Amino acid sequence: MQTMTHSADPLLQVRDLSIAFDTRHGPLRAVDNITFDLAPGEILGMVGESGAGKSLTGTAITGLLERPGHISGGEIHFEGQRIDTLSKDAMRPLRGRKIGAIFQDPLTSLNPLLTVGKQLVETIQTHMAMSKDAARKRAIDLLAEVGIPAPEQRVDHYPHQFSGGMRQRVVIALALCADPKLVIADEPTTALDVSIQAQILALLKKMCREHGAAVILVTHDMGVIAETADRVAVMYSGRLVEIGPVEQVVKNPRHPYTKGLMGSIPVVGGGLKRLTQIDGAMPRLTDLPSGCAFHPRCPKATEACTRVKPSAVKVDDGQVACLLYEGAQ
Amino acid sequence: MQTVTTQGTEPLLSITGMKKHFDLSPPLLNRMIERKPAQHLRAVDGLDIAIPKGKTFSLVGESGCGKSTVAKLVVGLYGPTEGQVIFDGADLTDLEASQRADYRRRIQMIFQDPYASLNPRWRVRDIIAEPMRSFGLVGSKQEERDEVARLLELVGLNARDGEKFPHEFSGGQRQRISIARAISSRPDFLVCDEPTSALDVSVQAQILNLMRDLQEELGLTYLFISHDLAVVDFMSDYVGVMYLGRLVEVGPANEVFHNPTHPYTRLLMDTIPDMGMTRRDRAPVAGEVPNPINPPPGCTFHPRCPLANARCKAEPPQLRAMPGDARVSCHAAEEGRIPPLAKGPQAQNDEPTMQLRASAGGA
Repeated sequence: MQTMTHSADPLLQVRDLSIAFDTRHGPLRAVDNITFDLAPGEILGMVGESGAGKSLTGTAITGLLERPGHISGGEIHFEGQRIDTLSKDAMRPLRGRKIGAIFQDPLTSLNPLLTVGKQLVETIQTHMAMSKDAARKRAIDLLAEVGIPAPEQRVDHYPHQFSGGMRQRVVIALALCADPKLVIADEPTTALDVSIQAQILALLKKMCREHGAAVILVTHDMGVIAETADRVAVMYSGRLVEIGPVEQVVKNPRHPYTKGLMGSIPVVGGGLKRLTQIDGAMPRLTDLPSGCAFHPRCPKATEACTRVKPSAVKVDDGQVACLLYEGAQ
Repeated sequence: MQTVTTQGTEPLLSITGMKKHFDLSPPLLNRMIERKPAQHLRAVDGLDIAIPKGKTFSLVGESGCGKSTVAKLVVGLYGPTEGQVIFDGADLTDLEASQRADYRRRIQMIFQDPYASLNPRWRVRDIIAEPMRSFGLVGSKQEERDEVARLLELVGLNARDGEKFPHEFSGGQRQRISIARAISSRPDFLVCDEPTSALDVSVQAQILNLMRDLQEELGLTYLFISHDLAVVDFMSDYVGVMYLGRLVEVGPANEVFHNPTHPYTRLLMDTIPDMGMTRRDRAPVAGEVPNPINPPPGCTFHPRCPLANARCKAEPPQLRAMPGDARVSCHAAEEGRIPPLAKGPQAQNDEPTMQLRASAGGA
């Protein structure tokens, strides 16, 4: 297990990042003061329910946040360079070259009017000084590497001629074609069937290890994280509630939300009569509770939880934002 | 036709010899002039299941395997190409419209997407009261209002929520409304087509618990359809694994999950993400579901099957009883070529798959 995340120079540093949406009724804070590091080659799982802000965090790192959403505070450093303040033009060479992205739906992330070869060659030539022939050769090699049969022929096919799983393989090839240092994978297997999901996760892991890319894996599926990630960040209502090595978070979760989340996942052979349930639902952004955002659903909430917004404290190898652990410091 | 899962007790609902083929042929002129062949999609191709009263039967499989088509056949949204749906002794596919109404009342459905299955322009009280009105179950307005309030509280909502519109609710609450609507006509049988796959896990847990509570309280029988094996294991008494319109393995849930026989069932079990943190490498399962318009000959699973031989490529297998209560449609199982699963404590969810990997290594 990797515990070198703080010793080596981090590849990515996110500091007090906040993302807000301006509305007629004032700004809505969708991401609230989150801080984490990512080491080179590390796979960080970001997990949370819909609306927790996990995708927005990934989008902010790629610089693709669209108005009315914007970064309202904090900093993002990539390879020592601050990137959240870069202009669109300055960000463009970084994105694709150094930071790749994989999205949920492989059909909408490919251009239906161009062959996959053309899309790969275009991306390779944009980011690397290569002749057309060399880029095409690299495209075929990449397709072979992601497990597409007969890549010499398939390179000239259009996206609609590929199945869902095969398309996602093409998207992975596209994200990794310029050997980026960081890949943001946003729900990469959610649109796929379970047997294909296993193939794609194994491929993503293998490709990133071989190409030395770090990954931020955004998903709502704790099983995917448990299987793939080195560390896990759990988000709730725009806040990071727990972050730590995957083994610690999955087997010994500390934050009451993470505990509830783990208990609510049915497992095969569990033989359970009932699932643990967290009553209620995540609050709307327009209606965030005071103090800890989880307190209305928390079985251990005290009066202090309704007033004080907990800050992250170190617990074992991870960090937890919960008042239960603040006294233990 | 034999019943698959029950011994002794009369099933509440059984499906026999069910086939549903969709005609995807090009128009007649194109067929004549361009000599294009007729095409048929065999969405369901010979299915027999029986569901005892008060139990949950789950159909599991990947997209395109025909499980949702079965749901629509059972509730009568599709008519079958062949076969029967027998509910409480009556063949639903062969009833006069006037006789059908009461059976329709007794079979209700919960849909996958709670955002699409509730009319956004109706108040929740009207949505829930609609089945009662159309089946004439309530006399007065007051009676109806009381019944709606009772149903809302039964599914964990507030009686006052009836005045609201669907957009005022979250996904999980909407699914509770769908459930209240489904049970408002006092049915015996619910068809649940992926009822939690649009929901977050913590909300999914609430809905699954609610469905189990209601089953116990109201004595409901479920046909539960899902692609999520862990959810199916939690909910079911019986499981049928579908592949390209046919059952490949069917039997009591604990047997199918703890002692999977068919190579496809084992494949599905192996794809469950590993929460046990054993860091095993998953067996790289090659291939994808083939095109159902043009399925492979013989056993439709043979192109992906590690145990396929010449017979599998030529002759479609039939469901056969195995030792125990499960039935499996596989030549390899019949010939005893399936490598045994190592026996051991099944307490942890990753155990069966670990054993499979050990045995699949030699295949």
